[in-house]
Amino acid sequence: MNFKHLIAATLGAGLMASTAIAGGHAAQGRDGNVSIIYWQAASILNPYLSGGTKDIDAASLVIEPLARYDENGSMVPMIAAEIPTVANGGVSEDLTAITWTLKEGLLWSDGTDVTANDVVFTANYCMDESGGCQQLAKFADIESVEALDDLTVRITFTKPKPFPYGPLVGSTTPVLQAAQFANCTGEAAPTCTEENFNPIGTGPFVVTEFRANDTITMAANTNYREAGKPAFATLTFKGGGDAASAARSVLETGEFDYAWNLQIAPEILADMEAKGMGTVVSGFGPLVERLMINLTDPSPDLGEARSTVANPHPFMSDIAVRQALSMAIDRPLLVEVGYGKAGNVTCNVLPSPAIYNSPNNAGCEVQDIAGANALLDEAGWVRGADGIRAKDGVRLSILYQTSTNAVRQDFQALIKQWWAEIGVETELKNIDAAVFFGGDQSSPDTFQKLFADVEMYANTFDGTDPEAYMGNWACSEIPSPDNAWLGGNMPRFCDPAYDALVAEMSGTADIEERARLAIAMNDMLMQTYTIIPLVHRGNVSARANTLEGVKLNVWDSQLWNVADWSRAE
Amino acid sequence: MNSAVEEIEDTRKFRSLWGDVWVQFRSHKGAMLGMVVFGIILFGVTLGPYIWTTDPQYLDIRAKNTSTILNCFLTGDQIFQCFSDPGSIKYFDPNAETLTRVKLSWAYPLGTDQLGRDQLAQLLQGGRVSMAVGMAAMLLSLVVGTVAGVLAGYFRRLDGPLMRLTDLFLALPLLPLLLVIIMLFRDTLRGLFGPETGIFLLIVFVIGITSWMQTARIVRGDVLALKEREFILAANSIGTPAKRVISRHIMPNILSPIMVSATLGIATAIITESALSFLGLGFPSDFPTWGRLLFDGTTYISQSPARVIWPGLAISLTVLSVNFIGDGLRDALDPRIRGR
Amino acid sequence: MLNFTLRRLMFTIPTLLLISFIIFLILDLAPNDPTGNLPLTIPPEVREKIRASLGLDAPMYIRYLLWCQQFFINEPLNLFNEWFGWCIGDCEGRLRVTSWATRSPVVDLIAERMPQTLWVVGMSYLVGILIAVPIGVISAYKQYSWFDQAGTFISMIGFSVPTFFTGVLLIVIFSVWMPNDSFFWLPSIYDTTLEVVDWSSFGQQVRQMIMPVMVLGLYNAAQISRFMRASMLDNLSQDYVRTARAKGLKEKTVLLVHVLRNSMIPVVTVIALGIPQIFGGAIITEQIFKVNGLGQLLIIGIQGADIPLVQTLTFLFAVLIVLFNLVADVLYGLLDPRIRYE
Repeated sequence: MNFKHLIAATLGAGLMASTAIAGGHAAQGRDGNVSIIYWQAASILNPYLSGGTKDIDAASLVIEPLARYDENGSMVPMIAAEIPTVANGGVSEDLTAITWTLKEGLLWSDGTDVTANDVVFTANYCMDESGGCQQLAKFADIESVEALDDLTVRITFTKPKPFPYGPLVGSTTPVLQAAQFANCTGEAAPTCTEENFNPIGTGPFVVTEFRANDTITMAANTNYREAGKPAFATLTFKGGGDAASAARSVLETGEFDYAWNLQIAPEILADMEAKGMGTVVSGFGPLVERLMINLTDPSPDLGEARSTVANPHPFMSDIAVRQALSMAIDRPLLVEVGYGKAGNVTCNVLPSPAIYNSPNNAGCEVQDIAGANALLDEAGWVRGADGIRAKDGVRLSILYQTSTNAVRQDFQALIKQWWAEIGVETELKNIDAAVFFGGDQSSPDTFQKLFADVEMYANTFDGTDPEAYMGNWACSEIPSPDNAWLGGNMPRFCDPAYDALVAEMSGTADIEERARLAIAMNDMLMQTYTIIPLVHRGNVSARANTLEGVKLNVWDSQLWNVADWSRAE
Repeated sequence: MNSAVEEIEDTRKFRSLWGDVWVQFRSHKGAMLGMVVFGIILFGVTLGPYIWTTDPQYLDIRAKNTSTILNCFLTGDQIFQCFSDPGSIKYFDPNAETLTRVKLSWAYPLGTDQLGRDQLAQLLQGGRVSMAVGMAAMLLSLVVGTVAGVLAGYFRRLDGPLMRLTDLFLALPLLPLLLVIIMLFRDTLRGLFGPETGIFLLIVFVIGITSWMQTARIVRGDVLALKEREFILAANSIGTPAKRVISRHIMPNILSPIMVSATLGIATAIITESALSFLGLGFPSDFPTWGRLLFDGTTYISQSPARVIWPGLAISLTVLSVNFIGDGLRDALDPRIRGR
Repeated sequence: MLNFTLRRLMFTIPTLLLISFIIFLILDLAPNDPTGNLPLTIPPEVREKIRASLGLDAPMYIRYLLWCQQFFINEPLNLFNEWFGWCIGDCEGRLRVTSWATRSPVVDLIAERMPQTLWVVGMSYLVGILIAVPIGVISAYKQYSWFDQAGTFISMIGFSVPTFFTGVLLIVIFSVWMPNDSFFWLPSIYDTTLEVVDWSSFGQQVRQMIMPVMVLGLYNAAQISRFMRASMLDNLSQDYVRTARAKGLKEKTVLLVHVLRNSMIPVVTVIALGIPQIFGGAIITEQIFKVNGLGQLLIIGIQGADIPLVQTLTFLFAVLIVLFNLVADVLYGLLDPRIRYE
């Protein structure tokens, strides 16, 4: 099956899904109020000005993109009538243009028509250099966006795009109403408070009151395109608190109907679920908790040259050490302690979607302390009097950093103990997430600078296409003082063969060929033990037992199908 | 009453101020009880880890979530069997409908946490750090606060600048300030003193300099009132130097707010330390402290209440005993009470 | 006294300006970043553009002056416009202090959160004082009685057990264990959109306030009652008390007029210092019960490195601190005529 066929197949599935849904004919708003709790409060309803998941999910109740991903990762048309493909002529043969046709008769919640102009306006709104658009990466390589007629939009790219569904697909890039945002482009974008808090959309709900970082109240959109939906007349979107209390409010006290992102100890979650008021739901995207090995020397003595490719790491540059560190880890136990049902053991940094999952790295599931010890012995790392291995005066002493998070600190403690068993000394360090992921140039504690030997965090990618994600480990992506520490290649991995694969993938359209390349790249990273994958993490949420229709979606907003939610009889 | 009189008789030969104070202090029951409790805690945390030698950082993952052996009291008629061979008690639950296995073991008398770390060892080890941080930070903030308060209250010229400085410190946003301090000094201190001592000094410093303001304000208020009293005016009029007025006449009269600040200061310091490590600004995450044990235990409050009870009790007892010692000291140092 | 107050008030202006600059300096130095909480899928180049659009590429002093202009000139002018309809200068295009996370004027955000903060934190402070003062007075008057010992014990527990624990404990007892239809069941989540219009909504408001107010009230009461007791003890042994009793004054008069008044000096400091903290919110308690008041606004701002928001909130906080310290000083003078400031 090649890529074009895949698109055709997803299109078919999407169409069937949308026709199947339009069955019921009960009245809109029959089920009263639904209440949702996000322990991170939404601060704005315009995803172009805030890329936070909480804001995107809240906005997805009101504004919609041309198409969304469903819970299986296939595309479903929302504002668009169908998904354009090469087969149906929507995507040009040379893969440089995509033409979207909008649904006919679609209305904004204020009763006006949705036209191609709105789509063009939205694209230009984000691509305006002075607006600070946070989804700009989705609009990369666009030459022009133009309205062919009232219902047709053509997006032309500057180069062939094997995957042309970046712009305006998925909840991160919804379509805004041109009339409402006309005066909010460029530098004026952030000043339009009223518009950003109360966007007019085509989604199932409209905002009645927006309290930033607190509560949003919404009412059903009377102009919603499907009769009888949504089933709820009003919606409350509460924010604040922490994951444990959000879980409690759904599973134990029954005050809320849906709680988002419950990353808490699995045994506590299981205990709460046993109360019988709600159900825990989970789903798996490409999110992987991993260790990033620093291949360069982070010693503070090096000054400016700290953690740069100029100085290889004194012991991490030995592959035997890296391999031993990986072998010493008991991944099934990590899953049990930290994630329970919401985690799987993985030996790949790219475990999902399934076609990209490499079959070549099995074996990491089993902890092998003896093997790791033997490997280190063989490589000449000898235990000293204190039990720590050393070679030529270099001790295996590791500084291991991560962000502050209860599960991550448990992982650190476990891994520290296993590494002690193979004669490696570990010092733990945890850093406030806003600092660690913040990228502030002046801070020594950012995950890009990696002034440590090992760091742990999780990463994923938007949508279903891993090209940009795998491109992270190209030589050009190495963070260094020269590029202001920007770049995603934390291990400072550099291999011309890998770069060649990245280049090849950007010019390949055939889906199976792309999968082969992605797997090859994944295997290079795995077999050099540059990245040590730990857990394939799922998303965990909870719903009240009286709430029906929830389908946890890891590829898009968790609230993607809120129009189909209803109260059980 | 008799014995107190005898003691006064006994000490008459070498009667000194501190002798008097000690006699009065000993007659204060609460203070003596406080001393004993405080002594036990101090003994436990300093020597305890040598007696109970389990490594607080060792993870016995198979024994995770072991309950405290004290649960044996709940087993009813099996109580003796439970204490003699805790492993044999497989199930006990009042309503036998849900048979849950409760792990018990003499190896972990207070149970273990979710990773199988021994709670008793953690409590002992954690107490060391918490007590040290609590005392040191309290002393630092007390010294800074008292000095600032006395100077501001006594010398009118210093009042304005010192109180504006107090306003400034009260107004500073604590969290960003901590982030800045930690960013600027963590690596330097870590290099100079090693990860643990370095962080210890940093935490004591941070807590100390961010909590002296209330003491300073209160002390200043008291000094302002005292300064106009007759005995101070008298001391001034006979030409007593300011240094002596402060040490002989002012200080003894402002002891009670200082004592209260000290008591509250220890509690605040212990709790603040836990907040710091929660934010990733304190000790490494596998380094137990009472505040941290309490914080981690709160998540498991429904599953194993014992995990919050022990550190909570430890903190409360420490604060309570310091409070009583403070009460006794104040009474003992107050000549009006001492004479009675 | 008036002279002193006026002089002090004039002195506060340069003080506050200096404080505002130092706060800005600290916020600027702090290593957290407004793009830190964004998903990792947003590439670094886009993050740089976001920073630039927030004005972060300008030098620090320019950003500070900009904030000063927005806060000290534009915001008051806007207030005039809203309250009295006076329009001075460019009313439409005037740049107000705008939060980076919500892109809305910070002052509006603060106004939106004031009610729940005053209700919950303010009420808890009031409850705390009302409990603490009598307990402190009785404890001191009957020193080492069972009442005093019990009071000491409870207030020490109240102070040494942190609110992150008591809050969760109350929720587990009153929201989880208690059946949902029971009279004693209390909501674990504060509904900020609830409007009190009739008795039933008033009842709801009271129910949702009980737990946070109790948690905070206990903590405040513990602290204030200790200072009250200590100060009363100091005064009870003074000569003037003996004199008053010798004069044949009623014990009640001695205690409540003479001793209480003189004992209030340190307590007034504690209470006055605490009032600005009401407006600072109670970060942990607000977080646990999801009250979403000023404390939660501040902590979200700090975590997201939302400098305009944190700067404005902290500065308003500083203004209150300076003012209430002045109030405390004036009160000293009123409570103790011997204190002279000239």
